[in-house]
This record gives sequence, C-alpha cells and structure tokens, in this order.
Amino acid sequence: MANTSILVIGGGFAGMTAALEAAELGHEVYIVEKSPYLGGRVMQLNKYFPKLCPPSCGLEIQYQRIKNNPLVKFFTLAEVAKVEGSKGNYTVTVRVRPRHTAPNSVDLSAVAKGLSGETASEFEFGLARRKGLYLDVPFAFPQRYVVDTACLTDADKSALSACPHVDLAEEERLIPLQVGAIVVATGWQPYDVTRLTNLGAGTVKNCISNMQMERLASPYGPTQGKILRPSDGRAPKKVAFVQCAGSRDENHLSFCSYICCMASLKQAQYVREQYPDADVTVFYIDLRTPGRYESFAEKVLADPKIHAVKGKVAAVAQDKAGDDVWVTVEDAVTGAKSVERFDLVVLATGMQPSLAAQKLPLDVTVDEEGFIVNGEDQGIFVAGCAKQPLDVMKTAQSATAAAMKAIQTVRGR
Amino acid sequence: MAEKIGVYFDEASLGGALDLAALMDGVRAKWGATCPVVKSHPQLASDEGRAMIQADIDAGTVDGVCICGSSPRVDWDIYRFSGVLVERVNLREQCVLCYQDPKGQPVVPGATPELLQKMATDYVNMGVVKLQKAAQPGGGEIDVVRRVLVVGGGFAGMTAALDVAALGYEVLLVEKKDHLGGAAAEMYKTIPMTPPYTQAQPTGVEKKIAAVQASEHITVLLGAQLKALAGAPGQYTATIAVDGEERAEEVGSVVLATGWTPLDASYLKPLGYGSLKNVVTAWEFEAMAKSGAIVRKSDGAKPQKVLFLLGFGETLTPFAEKERAEAEAAAKKAESKEEDDAPKTNFVKQVTYKHLPFTSELTSLTALKQAGYVRELLPESIAMIAYEHMMVPGVNELYYKAAQNDPGIMMTKGIVREVRDGGDGDVVVVLEDTLLGAKVEIEADLVVVPTGMVPTTALEPVLNLKYRQGPAFPDLELFSGYADSNYICFPYETRRTGIYTAGAVRQPMTLALTETDAAGAALKAVQCLESANRGMAVHPRSGDLSFPKFNLLRCTQCKRCTEECPFGALDEDEKGNPMPNTSRCRRCGTCMGACPERVISFDNYNIDQIGSMIKQVEVPDDIETGGPRFLILACENDAYPALDIAALQGKSWSPYVRIIPVRCLGSVNTIWIADAMSKGTDGCLLLGCKYGEDYQCHFVKGSELCNRRMANIGETLGKLGIETERVQQLQVAIDDYAIVPELIDKFVKDIMKLGPNPFKGY
Repeated sequence: MANTSILVIGGGFAGMTAALEAAELGHEVYIVEKSPYLGGRVMQLNKYFPKLCPPSCGLEIQYQRIKNNPLVKFFTLAEVAKVEGSKGNYTVTVRVRPRHTAPNSVDLSAVAKGLSGETASEFEFGLARRKGLYLDVPFAFPQRYVVDTACLTDADKSALSACPHVDLAEEERLIPLQVGAIVVATGWQPYDVTRLTNLGAGTVKNCISNMQMERLASPYGPTQGKILRPSDGRAPKKVAFVQCAGSRDENHLSFCSYICCMASLKQAQYVREQYPDADVTVFYIDLRTPGRYESFAEKVLADPKIHAVKGKVAAVAQDKAGDDVWVTVEDAVTGAKSVERFDLVVLATGMQPSLAAQKLPLDVTVDEEGFIVNGEDQGIFVAGCAKQPLDVMKTAQSATAAAMKAIQTVRGR
Repeated sequence: MAEKIGVYFDEASLGGALDLAALMDGVRAKWGATCPVVKSHPQLASDEGRAMIQADIDAGTVDGVCICGSSPRVDWDIYRFSGVLVERVNLREQCVLCYQDPKGQPVVPGATPELLQKMATDYVNMGVVKLQKAAQPGGGEIDVVRRVLVVGGGFAGMTAALDVAALGYEVLLVEKKDHLGGAAAEMYKTIPMTPPYTQAQPTGVEKKIAAVQASEHITVLLGAQLKALAGAPGQYTATIAVDGEERAEEVGSVVLATGWTPLDASYLKPLGYGSLKNVVTAWEFEAMAKSGAIVRKSDGAKPQKVLFLLGFGETLTPFAEKERAEAEAAAKKAESKEEDDAPKTNFVKQVTYKHLPFTSELTSLTALKQAGYVRELLPESIAMIAYEHMMVPGVNELYYKAAQNDPGIMMTKGIVREVRDGGDGDVVVVLEDTLLGAKVEIEADLVVVPTGMVPTTALEPVLNLKYRQGPAFPDLELFSGYADSNYICFPYETRRTGIYTAGAVRQPMTLALTETDAAGAALKAVQCLESANRGMAVHPRSGDLSFPKFNLLRCTQCKRCTEECPFGALDEDEKGNPMPNTSRCRRCGTCMGACPERVISFDNYNIDQIGSMIKQVEVPDDIETGGPRFLILACENDAYPALDIAALQGKSWSPYVRIIPVRCLGSVNTIWIADAMSKGTDGCLLLGCKYGEDYQCHFVKGSELCNRRMANIGETLGKLGIETERVQQLQVAIDDYAIVPELIDKFVKDIMKLGPNPFKGY
C-alpha cells in the first residue's frame, strides 16, 4: 500500500497551489519552504500584468485555504535533507532551521526597532537594510518574526535574550516524513546582473533590475512605492527598459524568460502613472505578448509617451560626470548604432531556475540551464518555473496538473 | 447556537492598553449566564493558553469560544478547536493599534482613554452576539455521481478523460464527430513537447485514442452532442443526442474541451487569400503535409519557395475600425433601451478579427513547424518566414533557434504591405521594415497565411445549461468568446461551479500546455464532486460547510436572488420561487444581500447576526459629548486584511468607527444600513473590491451589485431626510493599506460637516 501523503518542495505560488489542490481532494500534504515565509517570488511583485492587480490578493486567498485545511502542513526555513525509498514509499528527512521566535504572532516590531545590527535585505534586492529580527513584508505568512543570528550585535543578543518571545538557543531540527509522491516547485531566481558585463554588471548606479523596480513600485518597498533613482532619490523623467537582459543569449540563458516583455510594459505603466511627464522607451528584439496579452500591449503602447523601439541594447554605461545612464542601441533593421541618455534604466533580467544554483537530494535530471527534465517514473513531478519559464496563470495550471499526477501516483490505480 | 460562551482575553496582544478588568466585568454584568467563563491570560496564543480553553470545552462549560486579542488572520493554528464555534475579536489590530486619540494623546498603559475602552467594549459585545446568533454549519452532504462528463474528444478531452480515469472515476466522453482525435488528429506533427525542444514530433494522438478505447472507466459516445445540462455538481443530468435519439446520462461534473474552429477566411482577404489560388491557410497547409503532398492549388506543382506570412501590418485595421464602430453603436442602442428588453439568453456570439492576433503564439510556432515540413517533404525547396514579432516565448525560443540554424529556412522581420498576383500562379508579397531592406518584394510559389483559432464557445452556447441565467458561460465577451477565467491566480475558476475548461476553448495553446491544462481541469472536476459529496464549498471558500437556507414561506418571488447570484446557483420554480442548488453555490451570500424579505441565511452568517452586531454598537445620543459613530462593512478578503496591515504599520483612524467583516459586499443587505442609520449612526462606509471589466471581487459581481443596491438605498434615505452621502462605497485593494486609513478619516470628516444624523436619539 502506497503512502497517500505528498511532499511539495517550495512554498511559492506553484507549491502552494499544488499542495492546496491535492489537500482539497483529501490528501495530506507537506510544504517545505526554504525561506522564513511562504509566497515565493510573487510576494516580491507589486502588481500582476495584465490586470495590474496586487499579488497579495490571490495570496491571501491561498493563505486562507491553508488556514482552513488541516491537511496542509508546512515548514518554513526548511530544506529537504535526504530522500530514501521509492515511488509510493518515500522517507524524507526535512531539516528545519531555528526561527528563534515564539510560535505565535506576537508583535515584535518595537523589539526589532531597538536592535542595532543591520544587513542588506535580500527581499528588497539590496535596496534597503533590515535588522536581525525581521518580517519580510507586512503580508508575510506566517506573520511571525524571524531572527537572523548572523546579523545580531552583542548588544542585540543581550536585548533579545531578555525578550520572552525570543529563544536564541533554539536548535535545528530534523523531521522525518513518509510520502508517496513528490512535487518539485523550487521556482526561479532573477538572473545575476553582475554577469552582464556589457550592461554594467550591476555597477551603474541608476541601472536597476526589473525585480528591483517591483520593489521600488511596491507600497511596502524601500521607497513606499515611489519610483526614485537609487543614486539621488530623484524622480526619473526618462526611463529605458532593456529587454532580454540575459535571456535569449547563448552566453547566459538560452531560452526566452516568457514574462519580461509583459513585465516591462507593466512597469512602464507604473512610471507613467506616477509621472505624467516622464518618457519611457522599451528596447526589444521581439515584443513577445502572446495570446490575450496582445490587448494589454495595445493598451499600454497607446500611451504616446511609451515608445517601443526594435533594437538590441549593446551597452549600458554610467555618465562620466553624473549619475545618468547612456544606452547604446543597435537598430535591429539597419544595424546602425545610436547612443541615448536616460536617467533610469531597467534591465529586464531573465528567469533562471533555482536549481541552476542548488541541488536537491533527488534522483532527477537537471539540464544545463537548471530545469528538471524527468522524474515522472519515480513519482516526482515538477510544477511551475522549475520546469520552464511561465507566467502566473500557467504556473497555476502547471501546479494543478502536478497535483493531479502526484495523486494518481499515491492512489496507485 | 452558542449558549455558553467563553470569553478569553490575550494580555500579550493588548499590551496593557485596555482596562481588561473593566472589560471582563462588563462582559459578566451584561451577558451573565450567556458567558459563564470570562478569563484573561498573559500569553493566550500559546500551548498553555490553548490548553486552558480546551479544558473549558472538555468540561462542557462552554460551547462557544470568543477570543479577544490578535486578528483572526493570525494564530489560526493555535485557536483551532473542534466541536465548538470560535469567534475572534480583533482587539489588537483593529482596536488598540489603530486607535487615534482625538486630541492626539499617546496611549499610556494603565490609563486607557475612555473612547478606546468604549471601542473595545463594543467589539467584545459584537463578538459575543455574533456567536450567539451562529450555529455550527453542516448537513449539506449530497449523494454524488462519481462520473465526469468530458465534452470534446480531441487532445484536451482525451487527456482529461484519461486523467480522471486514472483516479478510478468513471468518464463519459462525448464527441461530436464520428471519430476521436479532434484537431490534433488532423495534424502532421506538433511542435516539440519535451526537452530539448528542437524537433517537431508526432502528436501522439493515436496512442491517446488507443488508451481511451482501452480504458475500462471511459465510455465514448461518437457522433454525439450535448443538448442540455441540467442539475448541479454531483448530480447533473446531461441530455445527449446520439444515433438519432436523445438519452439522459447522470454525471457529477464536467470538463469542457470542445476546442476551436478556424477563423472565417474573410479576415484573410487582404493577404490575398480567396483571390489568389496559391495563398493557403496554415490549417490547409497542415492537411497537405499530412497527406504527404505539398503542392500548389493552381497547377499541382511542388512549390520551390514557400513564404509564411506572420506580420499583418495594417491589414487588420479596417476590421478593427469596423468592430469599434459596431460596439459603439451597440452601446448607444443599449443605453436607450428599456430594461425589460434584456435578452432572454445570456449568449452573444463573439465574432471578431481579434481571434487572429490572439493566436499569435500558435501562428508563429506553426510557421516554424511548417517551414520544417517544407525542408522535410520538399528537400529542394526553401522556406521563408516574414514576421513582425516572433511570438515564441519561453522554452520555444529553443525551437526558433533550431530553425534559425537550418540553412533552408530564411527568416526576416517584415510586415505585409501588399500581396498580388505574380503571374503563372506565383504570388508577389511586398514587405516593409525587413532585415533585408526598408521595402522588399518577394516572389513566392506558395504563400501560407495564419489560421486564427476561434473557440467553440464564441459561436454557440455549447453547454446548453438548463440554468435560470441562461445556457452559456457568462462573461464570455470579456475574453472574446474564450471560456477563460478572469483570475490570474485561479485559472480554473469559471462562474459555473463544477464545469472546468481545458485546451483551446480556453486560450489558443500548444499541445504541451493542453496536456497540462487538461490534467488540472480533470483534478478540479473530481475535486468538485467530492466536495459536493462532503457538503463543502469549492474555491474560494474551499471547505466551507455553511450554505444558504431559504425560508420560502416569506418569499415574494421578486427574483432578485435568482437574477443576481454570480454563479447561477438558483433556479426558479413556475411561481418564481428560488430553487437552490447548493453544490453550485460558492457561499458568498450575494443572495442574502439581495433579498428584500430577508428570507435567506447561513447557519453562521445571517441577517439577524450582523444586524444584532450593529445593535451592539453604542451610539451616544449627543454627538457633542459622546462623539459620532460610523459603521464600516469591510470585505473580509481584501479590505479587512488591508486594515489589519495598516494598523500593524502604525497607521490609525477615527476611534468613532466600528468595523464588521463581511463575506463579500454582495452579501450586504440594505436592512443593515437602514438599522444602523435609524439608530443614529452618522455614516456607513462599505469597503469592497474593484468592479468593472478588470474586476477583482473574488465573487465576481458582489462589490458591483452592492454598489447598485447602495444607489437604491440612497433614494430611500433621501425620502427620510437623511443625506445620501452618509452611505458610501469605496473600492479598496488589499495593498491599499497605506491609504485606507486616510479614506476612512476623510469619510468621517465629510460626514461631520453634515452634522449629526437627524435620527439620533430616537
């Protein structure tokens, strides 16, 4: 008899969807999430294209579904350490790192404020700093603070030792789980801009990535939603978007990252909504707005101050005298090069599978880009961007399908 | 109904801001035997606190638990008790943290401001009465038919059928044609479905057909048509015409996979189709490749140079202009029309050129694939592709690259300016903006123009639902006829519970995505009938055991509930009484909000309950000494969390406001507003989701319907001499927390200018 429980690796949108769809059909599921909170990448987005609606709206529903369904169990700060057995009967060991805070939602904001140690916030892509006791975002789920001991000063440590809701001595735990099938939903990471040498390699002050742009536009981001130049906090007047920053490039990501064209059009709207005088130019090779996104592109490009220019950006460089950015563009049709000055440049960096950088203790094949290419025979199914770049809607379809395959495996018919 | 309510205060959440002893005394004095247990705990959200409550439940001392502390959005895992009703009074976020002292004084522990204490008192009393007026939901279980109807025997339908069958459920697969396979069976090959995504491959449709035929769980009806679908999830009756007779089949849920048909060729006229013999559509070209003979229609010769056109340029503009003008005229006509002229059917045909651009991804991929056919079947010939945007997102970039590396395939950017006869059956195409020059002329032996995919649901109702609201899916015009979801996060959510769409009827999609989509739809179909069996709601209130109950004795057959239900859950008998179909229902309460006679209620959510909560708000007779009072009814999915977050972020709002969460603004009954206003409340604010074309309401129409009702109540208020501005609805998104407090304060300020509610003190 196969074990009918299902393990879901990754607690982002794909993982949560797969877990919930299986649980709502009566299966016990375990979500193992590496970070302190569920929600994954979409938690860092300000709005979704094409509706320009906030991701936290759909996430809140997912969280409610989790709260209302005792069959969904999740571990944050957790990783799969070991997987033994085979399809139908896996024994999984989960390593859970200590959170160091009480398992309730006590408001530790005042305690956090009192700490002195700081580090760059990974959640904000370095655009802000955080303390050693923190909550990523107000909507973080679970709404429980986490301690980063590496960030604590001695004074912080003694302050926290005195706090009844903090336990600095909490230790790592190993938890064994019995499951019949596994869904891998490890998602993606933004392509590392430091590898894009011709595009400034992350050193040009006012050249940011599209994910950083999401944080700047977010009401709970480092600027409370005001899109400002990182160098001087000034409102940008002339903004360029550089498409395919890393994507469609043999030296970086060979595939197209699917979402970046729509994302840039969406971000062009962010800029235009905040700054009625600002000019936006999107430099692209092909404007890939498939299916009904056509209507979205049409709507955005109807704005006379948003220009779509067919051209490959050859270089991005900082102005020698100031903080402006020079963009060198190669016209796709004529081949002629031109140089133009902008005060903010956004790189539409691509989507790299998380497994390009880390390994799972699973016997599955990962291709040279980091996408999982098999596993079905072993009762291991891939959901979302661990398999290929997708938008949110297709991620949900993919996750629901993965849940179906996992259930078929554990029911063993 | 909870009769013995335990009231528990969490000291840790309240930070000493409230006079707990006074609050507890107040509960004891007011509620007496109703609240036999009133306790506080230094850290209620803990194992110890939980154990304390559990002990009271186990001892039989309490049958309802009222927890006064943090928001119900948090610590849900700690306060999960079975067998009793649990209510969370949000004293932390929406009382203590948001408290705004009228004089700007900070709250000092141990010296609770009177207004804050009053607010807490109101909220605690509201929590107690809410429990008092609630009963444990349940009893909605129904027997279900564990059999899924799959409409359409193409790639999507067969995949869904096999996935359902793999779970051990029965499937009835209905196909209109006399054979299975759909469009996939007419294809020579498909674009790559698996890594490394470089080679076209067989569709695999024959294997699927064989698997369907071999499955003991799948019954296939060929040459069959769905004539009618009546009933509800778990208990549908499908009327199917087959072999000259109609038969009734019992099914539990439905997967709609009726696919697509090629777009009317008249849209391709500007590309020379119809006038030039050697201009063919991609779908016609596919048939030629399938037959093994790619030839020119004019002379049967093998083409040496085949050009695939993808960039339409301005050729579609006249169609766009025509449609725009027609839409404007229709809108004007609708405006002047009387309401009772409304169409008797909810189906409107969606005929549009847009199906062509909406198929862009498939037309690009198909051109790449078919250029490969030229190379394979006519090795001496060359293929050319002229495109505006090579629409191959994601991993299909790799397929594009593989084609670029083929020396026999030439690709250029270029939009069509002109297509004309080149003599001898040749076709001359004039392209602009190409990589070869600003304007070039290409003479081709054969030109292939794209095939737009029109969803079957754009052309006919397909499902033929026997629902009071009509035979088709509502809202199809939002998606030009595609049976798609308006929710980015929830692609399987349609407005007809139990019916899930898969494949090209939803969106033009590749076979690879179809395979995925169909598996997901199959899961949802099975999940829905199992939920119906357990008496549970499906998304978004998954697992909710409550459902609307109708006291038909008092029904006046006004039909508001049957018309307004966003999910078409209510039918009507011949007298006009609502006939509920609980398994179609999503438990939003829109019917309850609509009912002027207030005959609709949920066990744990009803008119009396919210009305009683409103009564618990103490409204001072004199605005000068006691201050005004305002009621906020907030959508619990978006506005309510936004308020929580605002408070946690240190924002505050008027202490004269009392907030009650509602399932959806659609569930707001005007009697609540009337009750509040007649007891002297100075204003009512409704906070709900965005409505209109890009609606964000999780129940589709709730916030929109509420807005309409409030317009009506405005008239009534006006007659009573109450200013209509005292009742307002605002659209608030979940991430609007930075501005919600300002919106509340502005509302309060605006109302204050009007002075006190004239009904105050009556």
